[in-house]
Amino acid sequence: MVTSGDKPIVSISDVHKSFGSVEVLKGVSMDVRKGEVVCIIGPSGSGKSTLLRCINGLVPIDKGAIRVAAYEVHKLMKDKELLALRREVAMVFQQYNLFPHKTALQNVMMAPIHVLKEDKKEVETRARALMVKVRLADKVDAYPGELSGGQQQRVAIARGLAMRPEIMLFDEVTAALDPETVKEVLVTIREVAEEGMTCILVTHEMGFAREVADHVYFTDHGVIVEHGPPAEFFAHAREARTREFLSQIL
Amino acid sequence: MSRDGQGIRAAVARGSDLPVLLPAAGRLARSAAEERAFGLPALRLTPGHGVVILLLFLLATGAAEAETAPLHASVIMTLLKWTPLLLKGFAFNIAISFFAMAIGTAAGTGLGLAQISLLPPVRRTASFAMHFFRNAPWLVVLFYCMFLLPFQVRIFGVEVPLPDWIKATFGLGLPVMANVAEIVRGAVQSIPSGQWESANSLAFSRRQTIWMIILPQCVKRMLPPWMNLYAILAMSTVLASVVGVSEVMTLTGDVLAAENRSELLLPFYSYILVWFFLYCYPIARWTVSLERRFSVNI
Amino acid sequence: MQAFWQWFAWLHERTGINLTIFYDAFDRHRFIDGFWMTVELSVVCVLLSLVIGVLGAWLQGSKLRLLRTVVHWYIQFFRNTPPLVQLYFFYFGIGALLRVPGPNGIAQPLVSNVAWAILSLSFYAGAFNVEIFRAGIEAVPRATVEAAESLGYGRLAAYMHVILPLAFRISLPALNNNLVNLVKTTTLAYAISVPEMLWVSSQIWSDEVNVPEMMNVLLICYVGLVGVLVLVMNRWERALRVPGFGITARGMA
Repeated sequence: MVTSGDKPIVSISDVHKSFGSVEVLKGVSMDVRKGEVVCIIGPSGSGKSTLLRCINGLVPIDKGAIRVAAYEVHKLMKDKELLALRREVAMVFQQYNLFPHKTALQNVMMAPIHVLKEDKKEVETRARALMVKVRLADKVDAYPGELSGGQQQRVAIARGLAMRPEIMLFDEVTAALDPETVKEVLVTIREVAEEGMTCILVTHEMGFAREVADHVYFTDHGVIVEHGPPAEFFAHAREARTREFLSQIL
Repeated sequence: MSRDGQGIRAAVARGSDLPVLLPAAGRLARSAAEERAFGLPALRLTPGHGVVILLLFLLATGAAEAETAPLHASVIMTLLKWTPLLLKGFAFNIAISFFAMAIGTAAGTGLGLAQISLLPPVRRTASFAMHFFRNAPWLVVLFYCMFLLPFQVRIFGVEVPLPDWIKATFGLGLPVMANVAEIVRGAVQSIPSGQWESANSLAFSRRQTIWMIILPQCVKRMLPPWMNLYAILAMSTVLASVVGVSEVMTLTGDVLAAENRSELLLPFYSYILVWFFLYCYPIARWTVSLERRFSVNI
Repeated sequence: MQAFWQWFAWLHERTGINLTIFYDAFDRHRFIDGFWMTVELSVVCVLLSLVIGVLGAWLQGSKLRLLRTVVHWYIQFFRNTPPLVQLYFFYFGIGALLRVPGPNGIAQPLVSNVAWAILSLSFYAGAFNVEIFRAGIEAVPRATVEAAESLGYGRLAAYMHVILPLAFRISLPALNNNLVNLVKTTTLAYAISVPEMLWVSSQIWSDEVNVPEMMNVLLICYVGLVGVLVLVMNRWERALRVPGFGITARGMA
């Protein structure tokens, strides 16, 4: 839970993004330091997920600048450059998006073998260790269709970790889950965070954000309304909009 | 369970499946959409068809036997006498269907993937080619290939002859290509966008994403329409008789002309029909069982 | 106009591209007749197949089991055999039986080849239409019929004003597929020498030895004809679509 290093590993400044005539991001800026855990909260449609997709270049931005580690994301045009960025940034999705034709273990192993061109044996050892870590050692040969939502999501986290990324992005990873399986996924994420992984989470789990985050951002209508350390943010929100949102959700 | 939830949510979001219309409406819309993607009506053979065709054959043979003049050979003997020749013709039908399917599948997969290319000119050209060959009647394309392909081609200085049946293979392969292209395109687009996103975020290149993630998932969806297409193609090889390829229908006509006995007409044609049924039935059944299995799993 | 036709004669002299159907009045008329024969075949078959479809769907709801069985086997036969075989079956099989002695003693066919082509193709497309209409009518819920009846509609009026229009709209996409398929299938009439576009073209190219030119003309004409039909039907389909119902043919793209 210690913020370390002075230079941010992710630096977003004045990012604008429109889909057609709808402006989703209207000048968003934020900095994330190495090892920091950042939670982005806000009502649906406020641009949180889009912001996350801009960070790993899934969504190109219209204006502004995004820097991730050594990459100037807004300047990456060629596929090759984008692929290099994405090796450093793993993403976990709301709908898990596991590859249904591959077993859990194969899902974890695929990208390191085919994208990073690593040795298959080595990758398998690492993948099995990751499956143990997410407490699914007994499900390595199960297909995604045979796993519960929570289990699939943990496989998805293991799949991201297998790439040994610098940063993990979590996009409302518990939103599609049954309440009873939310906890197992949150526990896994907390363990990942505690090991010093830089994490950016879009979440609706306020309790989790308060507990795990180093910094909380509140977005609404495409802008960051306010941000701060969780203790301060949740107890003494300055903006009326934030207080209103918190009162609705807590 | 969550998957069903997604489906329902997606359906609600799209505003489809108005609850006031019965399931039959949805079924009809779905089959129409499938048929449109596929371009041909689905073949549905049942054992009942086999029984009827067999009965037709037996009745026709029996009736012809009764009509046979005393000096003539019996109908059964005549059928047996010509069977080896007719089988040779039937082998042509099977060969044409095999090669046409192979050509059509290879070219069609390419054309289907070209339609999702990121380069607009490639996409537009592929889509035009697909529509062109889907709108052209099979027989016209068959004529086109029969008359305009040379009777031999030079490949690396070697003269390779192109017999009629090879030309017919190309003629039938082109429409198959267009249908396969649409099957591929439809299947690729039916894969949820999340699969593309997650492959992207794992740094898979576009080529890797298509070949390792998207297409393997498409196989299940493509297999039933692809097999149905094959069964229809196998039956459509009789079109080659119109342009004079010595396949089974042409040979049957020749045999009947040689025998010059009008009572043989029905026994011979129903005999051929039995063969086609025996060949197509297992394929059609397998298609249906695959469809059922996949519709449960997916 | 004459200058326009003459341009093709000039084209022939200069390039060897021999489009006789443009500069030779005889060939032009042959080809135009062939084109109209294709259109006529298509239109007549479409109409007849629709009648067969409605009739068959109605008979399928009949109380008589025998009628239902007949319709069932009719559909089974025409759905699952190649239309070419059906055409031969009608023309050579039944047509050979239906002959009357002509004036010079030679047996004359009672039914012309054009009529056989129309009958055969209509029955072929009709089999699909029966199934389509049946499903369309089944898709209209009982409650809608009751609602119409409770508004004072009689049984027939309910059918005319509520059930059939709704069933028709539901059926239209499937119907559209079938009719497009039918127009393409009219080329099979070539096999029994019906003077439609394909047959006429084959006559022209054997007389004039201009196979490549005629092949291209033919292909363009058919693709154009079917393309226009697809376009019109799709427009119509969109115009009649019941809002909030139906999956778009293109999927989610």
